[in-house]
Amino acid sequence: MKLHEYQAKEIFARYGLPIQNGTVIERPEQIAGLSLRYPVVVKAQVLVGGRGKAGGIKLAAAPAEAEERARGILGMDIKGERVTRVLVAEAVDIETEYYLAFVTDRRTGHVVAIASAEGGVEIETIAQTDPEKIARAEIEPFLGFRVFQARALGRRLFLSGALLDEFVKIATTLYRLYWTEDADLAEINPLARVGGHLLCVDAKLVLDDNATYRHPNLPVNEEMTELEAEAKKHGLSYVELDGDIAVIGNGAGLVMSTLDLLAHFGGRAANFLDIGGGASAESMQTALGIVQRKPGVRAVFINIFGGITRCDDVARGIVDNPPKVPASIRLTGTNEVEGQRILKDAGIAAGMDPDEGARVAVQLAKAASGQRGGR
Amino acid sequence: MAIIVGAKTRLLVQGITGYQGAFHTKLMLEAGTKVVAGVTPGKGGERVHGVPVFDTVDEAVRQTGANACCIFVPARFAGEAALEAIASHLNPVVIITEGMPVHDAIEVLAYARQHHVRLLGPNGPGVTTPGLCRVGIMPTQLFRPGPVGLVSRSGTLTYEVVWGLTRAGLGQSTAVGLGGDPIVGTSFVEALELFNRDPDTHAIVLLGEIGGSAEEEAARYIAREVKKPVVAYIAGRTAPVGKRMGHAGAVISGTEGTADHKIKALEAAGARVAELPSGVAELVKTRLS
Repeated sequence: MKLHEYQAKEIFARYGLPIQNGTVIERPEQIAGLSLRYPVVVKAQVLVGGRGKAGGIKLAAAPAEAEERARGILGMDIKGERVTRVLVAEAVDIETEYYLAFVTDRRTGHVVAIASAEGGVEIETIAQTDPEKIARAEIEPFLGFRVFQARALGRRLFLSGALLDEFVKIATTLYRLYWTEDADLAEINPLARVGGHLLCVDAKLVLDDNATYRHPNLPVNEEMTELEAEAKKHGLSYVELDGDIAVIGNGAGLVMSTLDLLAHFGGRAANFLDIGGGASAESMQTALGIVQRKPGVRAVFINIFGGITRCDDVARGIVDNPPKVPASIRLTGTNEVEGQRILKDAGIAAGMDPDEGARVAVQLAKAASGQRGGR
Repeated sequence: MAIIVGAKTRLLVQGITGYQGAFHTKLMLEAGTKVVAGVTPGKGGERVHGVPVFDTVDEAVRQTGANACCIFVPARFAGEAALEAIASHLNPVVIITEGMPVHDAIEVLAYARQHHVRLLGPNGPGVTTPGLCRVGIMPTQLFRPGPVGLVSRSGTLTYEVVWGLTRAGLGQSTAVGLGGDPIVGTSFVEALELFNRDPDTHAIVLLGEIGGSAEEEAARYIAREVKKPVVAYIAGRTAPVGKRMGHAGAVISGTEGTADHKIKALEAAGARVAELPSGVAELVKTRLS
């Protein structure tokens, strides 16, 4: 789960990381009541990147100007995301910009610290143009991020004296936050030198969705659409696409290959829902409800290969909530004989071959669109 | 011979008294697996499908000589269960559990490496050596013993392709499920190393997905070391860029980790890449003849 800057900074503040004074607001009129030192910077709170370029960050010298800026930014559309909140923070004179982050490295299975003297810009760009300007430190899980590593990184940013000490404190604290809060990414960009001190001018946190049970006070995940959120509530994962065939499958790999299958036969998925491992009759029932609610769905393709999921459970779920649009069902694997029998008894046709199932689904969708077109 | 599990595997099942644990213990026994012990804290003394249950792994190992472990316990306890298995030097440790916190997986993986224990998963289907041993949840009836080694990030995709191989008369030496989480115990390269050394494996099937760089690393290893024929399939060719495709963490951004990038790397390394899962068996047949 990706957090907004203001949410990340609330957590930063709890750990004692240095941030600017600032308040998040939803209505421009709230600015008058804030006790902030001017000038301030008004920042759109969105989860997508590149908000500065999109005009979502503005300076303001006085309350009236700040209110006007906030009015302009609130309600803006930044890469498809509507701005509903702005962070109003005391502006600072940045002398130098650095970059610091902790991230989980899938390749090695370790956490890695990344730092650069070239902050303020996209780190991916620097990684491509000037890889030598990026310093990395691998972290042994049982040792954690150590002071010597923080000092070495700080020196790679050419910091010395009191500033190096500040960097070491910030880096070790950020690691402690990263580990304690179950983050996948904790990033400060820029980590700025302001008046001879280091300050976290921006803050980015991505938290592990699997670990939310350890953090009961987390904010609500705003990244998801309504249907995605509902699916998640039921332990299912749902993704919206732009075709006309709703897809239900089990396991991310199979679901992705199902999209490829539909494309191969000339069809396009409207969405997909992964019922995951060990799905019950109830989750299949819920899944059918969710995928068909998207407007423009003309057919459903259910592609299930039972492993830990049992075909009889899946079949019961389908029978309890039969598809309202034409459906192609492919059901095989664990307890397939029983699953096929349950569907047959309910008068629902199902096959065992994935290519055939996909071909039929594409046909059904095309037939349905033809019908509609003819009326 | 095969790899990772076989006739010598004496399996301990953690979470054996749960719904999934009990169900799959029965299926593993039917597949010929020597399931010698189960562990569920607080349920010591019970039996599940005739298998004795203990409160701790230590106790179970002392009394039954178990040497491998399969974990079905819920996500929030799975990390602790895996550490317990590693501490008793069970090898391999196979985590079926889905939804384990990533930081728990980081610790488990580091501990497994320290103890030279092969870790599979989390969030994987396990490993099957047909005719001898099934550890995990792969449906037994799909498999036949034979010369094809298979390694995959995804469970259900594995079943799909194994079933295609079996119907084409191509049996399997071992099928290895790596798991779909961001951090898993074994990489494609490590599985390829094992298959490359295994005299029972004459061809290798690699099933990848979009996201990450594991398939590209596998391609580099194949080019360098693998003399056996390799056939691959990459799921997600038509997946939209930037969308998170299910819980597997298969996210693609930019060109790195796209299906095209992976397919090109594998083909350049001499592997044949099937367009659909159903095309894998045919390519294996051609390369074996």
